[in-house]
Amino acid sequence: MTAEAFISFFILIYIYKILRANDPESIWKRVIQIVMFAIVCLFVVDIIFHIGLVTRWIWHALLIGIITTIFLQKKFYVTRTLLFAVLPYAVISLLSDILDALNHEKYKLIENYFDTAITFSIVWMIAMYFLSRKQQKALLKEKEKTQQEEAQRKWIAAKNDELEKIVDERTTELRREKEEAEKTLNELKSTQAQLVQSEKMASLGELTAGIAHEIQNPLNFVNNFSEVNTDLIDEMKEAIDKGNMDEVKEIANDIRDNQQKINHHGKRADAIVKGMLQHSRTNSGQKEPTDINALADEYLRLSYHGLRAKDKSFNATMKTDFDESLSAGKGGIGKINVVAQDIGRVLLNLFNNAFYAIKPPNLLKGENYEPTVWVSTKSIHSPSGVSSVLIIVRDNGSGIPKEIINKIFNPFFTTKPTGEGTGLGLSMSYDIIKVHGGTLEVTTEEGEFTEFKISLPV
Amino acid sequence: MKILVVDDESDMQTLFEQRFRKEIKTGEMSFVFANSGNEALEYLNHQNPASPTERHEFVLILSDINMPGMSGLELLQRIKQKYLAPPPIVMMITAYGDDYNYQQAMSLGADDFLTKPIDFPSLKEKLKTK
Repeated sequence: MTAEAFISFFILIYIYKILRANDPESIWKRVIQIVMFAIVCLFVVDIIFHIGLVTRWIWHALLIGIITTIFLQKKFYVTRTLLFAVLPYAVISLLSDILDALNHEKYKLIENYFDTAITFSIVWMIAMYFLSRKQQKALLKEKEKTQQEEAQRKWIAAKNDELEKIVDERTTELRREKEEAEKTLNELKSTQAQLVQSEKMASLGELTAGIAHEIQNPLNFVNNFSEVNTDLIDEMKEAIDKGNMDEVKEIANDIRDNQQKINHHGKRADAIVKGMLQHSRTNSGQKEPTDINALADEYLRLSYHGLRAKDKSFNATMKTDFDESLSAGKGGIGKINVVAQDIGRVLLNLFNNAFYAIKPPNLLKGENYEPTVWVSTKSIHSPSGVSSVLIIVRDNGSGIPKEIINKIFNPFFTTKPTGEGTGLGLSMSYDIIKVHGGTLEVTTEEGEFTEFKISLPV
Repeated sequence: MKILVVDDESDMQTLFEQRFRKEIKTGEMSFVFANSGNEALEYLNHQNPASPTERHEFVLILSDINMPGMSGLELLQRIKQKYLAPPPIVMMITAYGDDYNYQQAMSLGADDFLTKPIDFPSLKEKLKTK
């Protein structure tokens, strides 16, 4: 029987194919090649020399060996269905040959059974082969499906990665934009602080000339009165020499009075310098009892002299109408609690604007135009018992056109040429009055007048 | 010699009275003080030009600009052009010693133009020689 040789050969081809597909690097491939070569050689020798009695045992051993190997090697697990196909035949064929070898006579008696059994086992083998093929195909299909799914999964994973990358990029971009926006915001904040400070410094610049003028007067008095005192002391010595004690006393009184004057004007200059320092200070100060009339008068003069120093031809009439009850020690509301340098800044702004509005050449006004700035204060007692103080700054200048009246309190809005105004004056004034709980209102008629009304609660 | 001093600084009166102490004592000079242009015009309007004792020969306008109601230059103009014949001698004593102001004062008829701080010895000299 050489069926074992063919079966062995086909099994090996089958395994070889599977190995080639699944595990090309396996050393079993080489082993199988060698065994197959040996089978072919032995087969040829068997045919030429007719040594079937010897080789049949070799074929049996080979087939049993292959089956055992398949059974033991995990690597060949997939080919185990082969065992079911081949095993009946291998066993029956081996048994039949063994029995034949042991007792040929008796074997002959049951040979028919064995032939039938072998036929069945071959049919079984073929049936199993087709079944296995069918299963293999199904498996292949399953595998293809799995591969497709795997590919799809990979594709989805790749897409996911891609999306994640895009999202990451976007996130980074957004973060960068956010950081940039924050940086810009910080820059804007510091610029705003700088602008507010530069507005203060600009108004301080306008003030300087006025302040110089205002300090000059008390300084002149200080100098003049001390000169007078020097002269008076000489005169006093003469009077003492003459023995005219009445005159000596009179002169001494004068000297004393003059000393007081010197002191008074020194303090006046001191107050002006302090006021100037206060004006330029960054932090807003504390509220303190303030004589609104004195404050308004002081800043009116400062504003006027500031402008006067810049433009020598400038002349204006200033009219004041103060409610004396707002000054110290006169009863009524008296001094009111405000941050003096802040309210001073507001007044300075309104005065500067007023003088700017009446500054010639004013084409709208005729020959007899008398440029005038009014400032008045008034205490208001409402029936509800809430008292307030009104400060009105009015000019008979160019007025404010209707088109821009809604913009004048906006930051950076200015009608002055570039570089002349910061556009922060009125907006800062508005804020300062708001912080004081008051209101700043404007009434105007183009070509006629402008009136700003500050109302401060008491 | 009657002199009208116009300034809105009230201490100027004290200063003048002390500076011209001897002249006032001897009756060589007498001073009247006005705090504003309007007050100055009041004085000038109520005096009798015919009576030399009442007549102000000098007007010293110290506060050239910043006076309530009327500026120093305006007062000068009114004194020289509208009010008195013959007008008194008007000396401007100003804090603004600039050319424009000087030209303005001169064209309005100022007789002299001094700048602050006041140099009293030279002012005295000028008053005595004029």
